[in-house]
Order: sequence, then structure tokens, then C-alpha cells
Amino acid sequence: MSVAGQERWSSRYGVIFAVAGSAVGLGNFLRFPGQVAQYGGGAFMVAYFLSLILIGLPICWAEWTMGRYAGQRGYNSAPGVFHVLVKSRWGRYLGVIGVIIPVVIYMYYVVIEAWCLGYAVNFFAGNIHFGSAEESSDFFSRFIGVAADGGALGLGWDRVNPYLLLVFFLNFFLIYRGVAKGIELFCTYAMPVLLLLGLVILVRVLTLGTPDASVPENNVINGLGFMWNPEKVFLERQTAEGWDKVTEIIGQGARDEAATQVASDPSLRVREVGIFEQLGKPQLWLAAAGQIFFSLSVGFGVVLTYASYLSSRDDVVLSGLTATSANEFFEVGLGGLITLPAAVAFLGVSGVAGMVSTFGLGFNVLPLVFAKMPLGAVFGAAFFFLLFLAAITSSLSMLQPGIAFLEESLRIGRKQSVAILGLITAGGCGFVFYFSADLKALDTLDFWVGTFLIFVFATVQIIVFSWVFGTHRGLIEAARGAPFPVPAIFAPIMTFVTPVFLLGVFGLWIVQNVFGINFGAGAPEFSSYVKDLFITPNPVAWMSIALVVAFGVFVAILAACAGVYAKKPEGTTP
Amino acid sequence: MTIGGWIVMLASVSSVTGLFIWCLWRVVQDPGEKERLHGFEMRTPDEK
Repeated sequence: MSVAGQERWSSRYGVIFAVAGSAVGLGNFLRFPGQVAQYGGGAFMVAYFLSLILIGLPICWAEWTMGRYAGQRGYNSAPGVFHVLVKSRWGRYLGVIGVIIPVVIYMYYVVIEAWCLGYAVNFFAGNIHFGSAEESSDFFSRFIGVAADGGALGLGWDRVNPYLLLVFFLNFFLIYRGVAKGIELFCTYAMPVLLLLGLVILVRVLTLGTPDASVPENNVINGLGFMWNPEKVFLERQTAEGWDKVTEIIGQGARDEAATQVASDPSLRVREVGIFEQLGKPQLWLAAAGQIFFSLSVGFGVVLTYASYLSSRDDVVLSGLTATSANEFFEVGLGGLITLPAAVAFLGVSGVAGMVSTFGLGFNVLPLVFAKMPLGAVFGAAFFFLLFLAAITSSLSMLQPGIAFLEESLRIGRKQSVAILGLITAGGCGFVFYFSADLKALDTLDFWVGTFLIFVFATVQIIVFSWVFGTHRGLIEAARGAPFPVPAIFAPIMTFVTPVFLLGVFGLWIVQNVFGINFGAGAPEFSSYVKDLFITPNPVAWMSIALVVAFGVFVAILAACAGVYAKKPEGTTP
Repeated sequence: MTIGGWIVMLASVSSVTGLFIWCLWRVVQDPGEKERLHGFEMRTPDEK
């Protein structure tokens, strides 16, 4: 029995808030809108909802169920969960990935969290009033020190340092207070505030209308159309290689103008890409499945630990569904209606196109938008504080799996485990903070741990649940204490469809993002992440990998030596 | 924004909002809820 076995959530609402808080993050407000806009609302949402049913919900329920099952046997960490569920004595090592992922992601996620708080404070203090995209980009570059390693060093409110120190210690203060009095208490207040802020900003954005009457096509309705129109319309120019996109056409005014241009220039054409043509693109399926996957935080190892603090008769089916639906509401209902429509209303489609990456939209485009908005300082501060709250409820969840593992494997209390994890993550966080040139360290860790390892761990989890623990047995276990069982249709889905779909998406992701094969869109080329390691070796990329390996070895050694994993708990052998 | 855009947006937003509200309603309405809540004081770190 681990020392941490005495901890429990104090209420069902608390655990739902905590899991929803873990899932709701920057991706809901910044990554999702960009993805929808890129692939056309209709086609993307078909693939998105299908992925939710085939990947998101099955893995979510599997994690909740496995976590609670292991928690009843005194285990709270991913190695402990797999020690209980897998017959082999090597099972615990599968769970090592479930400690590496959240702890390493915390090392760079807390830096991004500090950016959000820094922007909120600077908006509130009236320091952000950009007049051009260059000013916005320059501020962001200086703030995070992207020009050179060590570029973020130096004190000042327009530097990231003070915010990083503040959020780092705030995270550990809350974690130190424990599951119920720290994480649960904070999320119980933070999530409603997050919802309130989101609704206030949503009302502000939807009532923007046409901010500049001299540019009537820059309006909220066209912004919504940019995101949600199922068909994409492009103005294209013929070149020696084929047809190149010139711009995307949104609104009747832009259509009329494009028609005039086409009439006077035979090298131009207007092309409409329909929903079925979009659905035929592998990239769209990859993007939609990836968005569901990362948005719900499945495969992180967090829910395994969170669910292990439930009691044997606490519900996991409705609670898991509620946390998932909360994440979907924040993502589709708020994220899908706030960021891009506001950006298009002020900057137009041409001002936003090509800037819809997470950081581009969040820290270059939106500050410019708020700077142009009436009461922009207030709404800018509110929006970035919303992002900060979304981020901190996620980062808190990333620490708990590490804390649980240290408590379990070393049989120590929370005070000692917080101290050890604090030292480890301070070192990793300092590494990411110092090596800020081109965000190389952050980017490398995000790719290999925040994406690649998550795919691996999610696949491991669904296979262990369906094929080792057994889907039938798993669903009976899930139904304990639940107001309704997992629908029967999910038995074959979890056994066959989810693993196959997940492996298919993972394979597609490797083909595209590792080997650089982009399905007809240009010649294959190894991704920059592979080049950084093997073709034109980058020292920072290699140090980032070394950091992950060193931490992984540390966790594996603890898992190997811990007496708590010496024998299987009774009645758990599958 | 096209009619298709309005349909996609309203269908997407209303479906996730509806699911979220239904889930909250079920959590609140669950008659056995109190039996499944195990709110007891955990030991604080200072007490260890």
C-alpha cells in the first residue's frame, strides 16, 4: 500500500472539475480554431466528432476505469497501474512512460503558462498597444528570448522571468496542499471563473460587428465563415508547377472582387474545395484525430492517477463523459467562436491567413486584435488570464503523476516528493527557459514527448485495457457505481476499432511528421526534428533528448528497485 | 458566411453544449449521488 493511498477526492464535482481542467488548455482556444479554419469547418468537424467517438471516449473511459481499479489496490502511479493490470513483472516498465510524459511536458508547459500570465499583466498595465504586426512580433520575441540562447534572461515586467518564477512556485504550492485541498479546491474555483471569462469575451467578440466601416469585409460574420464554412474558396494563380493559392475568399465582396480579377487575368482562377474533397485528404483525418487526442489529454497518464484517488463505488462513466463534454464545450463552443472571428474582424482574412499556428495566433495576432479593440486592455488582460487559468489547471495535473510515483516507489510523504520533483522540474524548466533560441528545446520536447510518446502511451493503454485486462471485464468494472453503463456498442469499438484507428493515425503521423511524406503536397523530406538529431545534429535538440532519457532511466531505476512492485496484489492477476 | 457554414457551426456548438448540459444535469440529478461521494478530510502535508 502506498503512502499516497490515503488521499481521496472530496467530491464528485471536484474530480470532474480537476479532470476537465486538465484537459482544457491552450489548444482549446488557439490550436482548435486554426485547425478548423485550415480544413474547412464541415469536413473537419465530421472527422473530429468521429475521432471523439472512436478514440477520445474509449481511451477516456479506459483510463478512468484502470486508474480506479489500481487505486483500490493501493497504487496511484502509471507504473503501479500497469503492475496491477499486466501479468508480467515487466508491466511496471510500461507505466514509466506515463511518468515521463506529464513531468517532461510540465517542464516546458509552465514556461508557456508564464507567457500567458505575462501578457495578461502587461495588457492590464497598459504596456501592450501594438500598431503593427511587426511590433507585436518584436514584443513576443523579446519577451520569450527567441533570438538567442539566454535571450530571456534579465529582469523586468516585459520579460518572462518574474512570471515563470511565480507560476512555478504557485503550481508546487497547490500540489503540496494535496489532491483535495490543492488541486481540487483550486480547480473548483478556477473552472467556473474560466467559463465566466470565456462567456464574457464571447459576447464581446460576437457583438463586434464591423469594427472599421471603411473595410466592410472585415467583420465577425466573415470571421465565423472563415472558420465554419464547409467549402473553401480560393483564388489561385497558374505557375509552371501547377496552381498556387493566392488567397482564400470569404464573403460576397471578396467573391465579386476575385471574379473581376479572374476576368482580367487569365492566369487566375477561383476554385471551390467541397466537403467531400476535403474528407479525402489524409492530412485532415490526422489533424482531426490529433486535435481530439491532445485536447482531451488522453494518453498523458494524468487520468490514470486522478482516477486512482476515487473510491470503489465512485462513478467513472458519467464523470468521464462529463469531463470530456466540458472540454468539448470549451473547445467548440468557446474556442471555436472567439479567437479567429475576432482576428478576422480586425485584420481580415489576409491578415490572419498563415498565422493560425498556436503561438502565431495567440501571441502575435490576438495581441494586435485586442490593441485595436475598444477597452482592449481589459479584454486582452481577461483573455490572457483565461489562457493562464486554462494552462495552470493543466500543469497542476502534470505534476500529480510524478508526485504519486515518488510517494509510491520511495514510500515517502508529500513534503519529500514535492521537494524531489521540484528539483527535477526546476532543472528541466531552467533548461527550456535558457535554451530559448528558436524555441529549440521547447519544440524538441513537445515533438518527441508531447506528441510521439503520447501516441505510444495511448496505444499501450487501450491495448492493455482491451486485450490484457479484457474489454468485457473492463466494462463491468467501469459500470460499478455508475448511473448507467458504457453503451454496449463500445465493446467492439474498444476491442478492435480504437486500437486499429489509433495505430493507423499513429502510422500516418510518423509517415508525415518523421519521414516528411506529405501525401502529394511536395517532395518527401525528413522533418526538422529528425534532421536536428541525425542529419545536421543540433546540440540543444540532443541535450533535450538526453534530458528525457536521463529522467526515464531515473524513473525506471526507481520502478525496478521499489519494494511496492515486488509482488502482485491479491486478486488482480488477469 | 454560407448557409452550410451556419448549419455546421450551429450543429457543432449546439451538440457539444447540449451534451455538456445533459451531463451536468445527470450528475446533479443522480439519486445515488450522496452515497457515491466520499468526502472526508485527508491528512495535510504538515501532519505527516
